[in-house]
Amino acid sequence: MSTASTAVTSVAHGTATTRTSLLRRLLLSREAGIALAFLLVVGVTTARNPLFLFSPDGFRDLLLTPSILVVVAVGQAVVIITRNVDLSVGSIVGLTAYLTGTLFTTTALPIPVVMLAGVVFGALLGAVNGALVALGRVPAMVITLGTLYAFRGINVAWTGSSRINASDLPPAFLGMGTHQLWGLPVLTLIALVVLGSVGWYLANTRPGREFYAIGSAPDAAGLYGLPARRRVFTAFVLSGALSGLGGVLYAARYGTVSSQAGFGFELQAIGAAVIGGVAIVGGVGTVLGAAIGAFLLLTISRALPVLGIPDLWQQALVGALIIGAIVLDRVLAQRQTRRLSEGRADA
Amino acid sequence: MTPPTQPRRLRRLAAATALVLALSACANGGTPASDGDASPGTGTGGATSDVQVAFLPKNLGNPYFDTSSTGGREAVAEIGGTFSEVGPATAAPDAQVSYINTLTQQQVDAIVVSANDPAAICGALNDAKTIGIKVVTFDSDTNPECRDLFVNQATAEGIAKVQVDMIAEQIGDEGEIAILSAAANATNQNTWIEMMTEELAASHPNITLVETVYGNDDDQTSFDRTAGLLQSHPNLKGIVSPTTVGIAAAARYLSTSQYKGQVAITGLGTPNQMREYVADGTVTEFALWNPEDLGYLSAYAANALASDEITGAEGDTFTAGRLGEFTVEADNTVLLGEPYRFNADNIDDFDF
Repeated sequence: MSTASTAVTSVAHGTATTRTSLLRRLLLSREAGIALAFLLVVGVTTARNPLFLFSPDGFRDLLLTPSILVVVAVGQAVVIITRNVDLSVGSIVGLTAYLTGTLFTTTALPIPVVMLAGVVFGALLGAVNGALVALGRVPAMVITLGTLYAFRGINVAWTGSSRINASDLPPAFLGMGTHQLWGLPVLTLIALVVLGSVGWYLANTRPGREFYAIGSAPDAAGLYGLPARRRVFTAFVLSGALSGLGGVLYAARYGTVSSQAGFGFELQAIGAAVIGGVAIVGGVGTVLGAAIGAFLLLTISRALPVLGIPDLWQQALVGALIIGAIVLDRVLAQRQTRRLSEGRADA
Repeated sequence: MTPPTQPRRLRRLAAATALVLALSACANGGTPASDGDASPGTGTGGATSDVQVAFLPKNLGNPYFDTSSTGGREAVAEIGGTFSEVGPATAAPDAQVSYINTLTQQQVDAIVVSANDPAAICGALNDAKTIGIKVVTFDSDTNPECRDLFVNQATAEGIAKVQVDMIAEQIGDEGEIAILSAAANATNQNTWIEMMTEELAASHPNITLVETVYGNDDDQTSFDRTAGLLQSHPNLKGIVSPTTVGIAAAARYLSTSQYKGQVAITGLGTPNQMREYVADGTVTEFALWNPEDLGYLSAYAANALASDEITGAEGDTFTAGRLGEFTVEADNTVLLGEPYRFNADNIDDFDF
């Protein structure tokens, strides 16, 4: 099944495609479908309440709210593409968010240094995951479930009797969480830079393509001589670093960091990736899809109250969306298999 | 319901580490205000010099309970007894049972506990009571038969009334308001909301409560709900959030929103969380009881029981240091007093 769906993405890089079918494929691509769903949600909600889009707050929130999740979901997508999963990202977000606040309260380091420290710290936590998964050859689900609790436990122990408050953070740093540059929120610009660079790396570099190869057929990748362990390790370090960045941005946006910061983020990140067409079995999907998935997921949860849907139904709807995305994935994969086998019969 | 084995064990590990950390934090000593008189326990019983009082909060690592323990420690120091604090890392219903059992084995004189569950810890508390340990609940009560005394931080009526009074003052006693609550099934939140609704209807006919939303005590959800409220109700004049996470998130959102200065935010918050937003003018006034006083009063109540100064019966009176004299009310309850209002004038006197 996964080999069949690999074909879906690899056709985008096929050489014998004509201009029209390329356009057609683009429109039929998973990313376009999710983007369309996103626009539909925005459109319907705005029709119901124009303030949702056409107010300074509304426009800003539309771009700002999903930005942190986009950063984390991009890292998660890379890990899932290698046929692994990183359940610890929420705990990494919480731990680095608290580290960021602590560095501001206890040291006089400049803002960029603190941000860098958060990213490096996240990468170190990711390296713990990566080392255990790649070298220890233990399923990522088990390792990262363990580190999910371990990192959160360290966070609770460390945070202990305190909490970071907005008044502890420098105004310039807090401002980063809400300020805009060229009409776009700073956090969104950061998310776009992350998305652009990781997306380019995955699509155009040899190591990037190897992530897909390893995810779609680990054994074949090994026989072929791809450095599978190193790539998987890299994927976890990247996911950790981006979660670290997410933690820094979390502190900037919310201003309050308790030991429960980022709780449940892992499921949102996986949800965003899956909705965005990153197959949970690996080898398929793009970080762009995951990013649009993040936008869709969080915009829906913002739109539902504006549409007057009771709070209690909102989580159920998000769940239905995830199931719907997986079912769609399965249907598309089967259709592709059928088309490929028909093509083979014709030839 | 029951979490899988591994997470649970890890959580317990986390609890143990948190405990060690909290205990070492205690060793450093707090910052007792100590503005009261130096003659504690002025009641009939006088001071017992060796009373052992153990505080068992809902969970450790919670600034609220750290502050109440600071008050407790201060009171026990005034009495001349021994203070200790233990507790779980997460506020799970039965997480406190093992701590109560340990304290029972250690034969402390009094346990001061904020219950995670009104019934789940009853068995353990009754075991403690049978060997003569006095049980005082504070902040969150157990079933009445499981403890000797409950120190109530504020009555639901008092909390509901102070919030309605504040929002009415801040919006000029007319217009649309909304409530940002915690979880939809949070009992105390729902009780307060119900009473606020009644109080609004009775005393403030020109204020309309247009919607109640639930932020689940999560920053992101509370942000989104605040944004949703401001968008769906263009005429909104104020938001009341009876939860500390909710009010801080709502204030943070509003502080950078186009609606800053037009929409009032009040509710229950802690000074440290709200300092920034009081300073920048987003928030004028919010309320809470003073958890330090709550812990202080609870420790004095525990001492009064342990020294047989009172039995916890209705009408008993005892003196709690700088807070003065208290009378036990119906259902073996002592009330701390009216909720405390924090604003630009007094917020810098507090650090919790």
